[in-house]
Amino acid sequence: MNKPLTAKDFATDQEVRWCPGCGDYAILKCMQKTLADVEADPDKTVFVSGIGCSSRFPYYMNSYGFHTIHGRAPAFATGLKLANPELDVWIVTGDGDGLSIGGNHLLHVLRRNLDTQVLLFNNEIYGLTKGQYSPTSRVGTRSPSTPSGSIDAPVSPGAFALGANARFIARGIDTDAKNLSPVLKAAREFKGAAFVEIFQNCIVYNKDRFEDFVAKKTAADTQIHCEHGKPLLFAKGAKGLKLNAATLKLEIVDVGENATPVEDVLVHDETNRVLAQMLLTLPMGEFPMPLGVIYREPAQSFDDAFSQHHPSGRKRTGKVADALRKGSVWKKS
Amino acid sequence: MSKITPENQSIVVRFAGDSGDGVQLLGGQFAESTALAGADFSTFPDFPAEIRAPVGTTFGVSAFQINLGARRISTAGDQPDVLVALNPAALKVNLPTLPKGAVIILNTDAFTDRNFSKANIAADPRQTGELDDYQVIEIAISTQTLEAVKPHGLSKSDAEQCKNFWSLGAVLWMFGRDREPIINWATKKFSRKPAEILVGNVAALNAGHAYAETAELSAEIPQFVIGEAPMEAGEYRSITGAEALSLGLAAAGELAGREVMFCGYPITPASSILHHLSRMGDLGVSTFQAEDEIAACCAAIGASYGGAIGVTSSSGPGIALKTEAIGLGMAAELPLVIVNSQRGGPSTGLPTKTEQSDLYQSVYGRNADAPLPVVAAAGPGDCFDAAIEATRVALRHMTPVFLLTDGYIANAAGPWELPNMDDYEPILTNAVNGDAANGDDPTALKKTIWNRDPSSLGRPWVAPGASGLAHRIGGLEKDIETGDISYDAANHQAMSELRARKVAAVADFIPDQEVEQGNSKGPLAVVGWGSTHGAIWRAVQMARDEGLDVAQIHLRWLSPLPKNLGRLLSDYDRVLLPEMNMGQCATLLRDKLGLNVVQLNKVSGQPFKITEILNAIRENYPGAKQAAE
Repeated sequence: MNKPLTAKDFATDQEVRWCPGCGDYAILKCMQKTLADVEADPDKTVFVSGIGCSSRFPYYMNSYGFHTIHGRAPAFATGLKLANPELDVWIVTGDGDGLSIGGNHLLHVLRRNLDTQVLLFNNEIYGLTKGQYSPTSRVGTRSPSTPSGSIDAPVSPGAFALGANARFIARGIDTDAKNLSPVLKAAREFKGAAFVEIFQNCIVYNKDRFEDFVAKKTAADTQIHCEHGKPLLFAKGAKGLKLNAATLKLEIVDVGENATPVEDVLVHDETNRVLAQMLLTLPMGEFPMPLGVIYREPAQSFDDAFSQHHPSGRKRTGKVADALRKGSVWKKS
Repeated sequence: MSKITPENQSIVVRFAGDSGDGVQLLGGQFAESTALAGADFSTFPDFPAEIRAPVGTTFGVSAFQINLGARRISTAGDQPDVLVALNPAALKVNLPTLPKGAVIILNTDAFTDRNFSKANIAADPRQTGELDDYQVIEIAISTQTLEAVKPHGLSKSDAEQCKNFWSLGAVLWMFGRDREPIINWATKKFSRKPAEILVGNVAALNAGHAYAETAELSAEIPQFVIGEAPMEAGEYRSITGAEALSLGLAAAGELAGREVMFCGYPITPASSILHHLSRMGDLGVSTFQAEDEIAACCAAIGASYGGAIGVTSSSGPGIALKTEAIGLGMAAELPLVIVNSQRGGPSTGLPTKTEQSDLYQSVYGRNADAPLPVVAAAGPGDCFDAAIEATRVALRHMTPVFLLTDGYIANAAGPWELPNMDDYEPILTNAVNGDAANGDDPTALKKTIWNRDPSSLGRPWVAPGASGLAHRIGGLEKDIETGDISYDAANHQAMSELRARKVAAVADFIPDQEVEQGNSKGPLAVVGWGSTHGAIWRAVQMARDEGLDVAQIHLRWLSPLPKNLGRLLSDYDRVLLPEMNMGQCATLLRDKLGLNVVQLNKVSGQPFKITEILNAIRENYPGAKQAAE
């Protein structure tokens, strides 16, 4: 490349058609800037999506892109990545696409550890079909299909991913590019399935659903940014998370000279699956929202193993003409 | 008893027993021996859906039928001339299919009260007179087997397992066959087992052979003489449809110079294709067992998008699940081969039985106007060419293509003349024209991506990674020139017409329909498609021998139909169409050609018998009494 890439290089000539103010705009911008920052090759980058508002994403990224069918993006991405392991494949999905109709495929792409990034835009609502509750909607969500409030318990995307044996689980907020961009970079660098839940504001059907912890004014008290090897502190260092050995639960402690010393605050270990489980299931509201890379424990990726275990290393070493003659062949004259 | 040369130079043998009795192995090895003896043959394994049904029950009976002859053999035969029944249930199930005078070899050791009760048999059939019309040969096969393997130290259960080899030995003697090739095969097969397994089985084989030859009873055991069948000079092997189809897909990959990425999900009777292909890695094949049918199809499309030849495979219920993804493959103009090994339906239906009832599903079975090419294999060996043709069309026209086979073809075997790979044209793929990659004009680039070949209407195959050609595709309706999302009314009309024209254009590349037997005009043509080929072929041949002016026309392409088909069929007074469904191809011909045919529909889970078709030919031959009614 002669001149450095900019976010604009990753924008297409297509008019972006999300609702004005939709969180998707911020994520798109952050992605375009992030890929420019890491000098990603647009010709080797592919965005694969399913159906839903988030799944329009590929049309707006000036790379290769495939807008597929509802819930199945992970399966298309799997075939694509196996066919050409050199590609950098991103899956863009939502809480409905990824966890409702496509829950099965999400489970399998994560447990197989395909080298891909799965971005799940969670807005806790169906947007494109006009506002029905989704599998991440909290109990009591009033929607066109649940006029007196939803009654079924929601799924936690992060806990689902961990249960599926995902080896990279991170969280970010749509409008918080400062913290989202490093998460996207880390996801891209991870060799394996990198699952990123992005809290995304649907301003039409579920406006400010995450305001409790995304509001900038109170963010210091309501967010905890996880960094490997660093104590789990928030509220500008005034509070932290500590493990209560008796209950095996995390608790909030005041940190300081007259309170808990910082050395006693739990240090984030992104390779600790048990800690990841606790962070991903912290009760909302009571605790700050853990963000950043919560779990990262690499293992061989599926596409890598697929080629490694292929009998001829994906090369055509034999001839059909010879294969036809394997076994018992007889001649007629 | 003297040696018998059957009147019509062929004989049908059926082996039947419990699903754990090794009947399929017994039949398969007898078929191999038949091949080496130079006779023509066709086999039909007929097994229960249960993995191991309760021992001794009628629903646990597994059978293997082979028709062998010194003439061309086209089906596994209508009725067994020889039945080897290893237990009472096997006799009960198969007795109604036997013609009078048939030879029945019974394992008397299994004819116990306990087994009669398991098979719901009230009285010993040997005492009731129901076997009076047959030549019954009673042999204590289990006792004989145990006796033969006794010196070799096998456990009782291992020893009893040798009774299929004992039976095979006896049958080999009946047909004057060498044991040596079987022993060589067994030596390989059992090489990883404890040594006594091989020794015991070979001892059983030899004992069965010796018993038939020398025992006092041997006077009663008939010997059959089946000579060599006239076949064209060349190299032959025995092959099942599933094997031939798998090799055909590998061959298509070789001819196109692309990797074959086969994405499947286990389902009866399609799984054997996945099994075969997973052992063909060196032929440029990769296999992926997906989490479900939908994912298998999506992954295959993803692979095609990535530049490999994406193939998915299933049977009717699985194809139903793949339907939405197939529509996307068509809309995105990507190649895909969808193999459907049809089975009895609807719903879960009859998984191990055969049917041709997914023709509607293939031709019409998608949301919206979504035409696709559909090709059907006519027999086991033909699966090889059909797979190559399906792939060729998928790549040339950039479209998903249905390749139909069925449970019968998948498992049936016959001699197959090995093709010469040099006889096949390379499979060409559509490249990008011009130097669009160098331009800065995004519209010019997009037009290049969607610049379809005027004759095939196939677009260039541009996989991610291609430099300077990044673009977006999807399932939303797209502008016919730029591929951008388009809700324009006239554009949707134009795209719908384009998709129809593309499938129609396939007809420009396929050969005209030929008449396989008989004249190109006349009183009656029998039209068929798929696995009915063999039965129709023999029935038409026999009818013609009777002096009836009947023609055989067998369709390979169901969508589109060959261009000359309408005119060709209009030259017959009447068209008879046998198919294993309630009349799906008949509907298709009425739809596409405005032609009304005489339907012969069989939906029993079993392939057509030759006599069923022959009788229909006689009844429908113009001037026949019945036809006049």
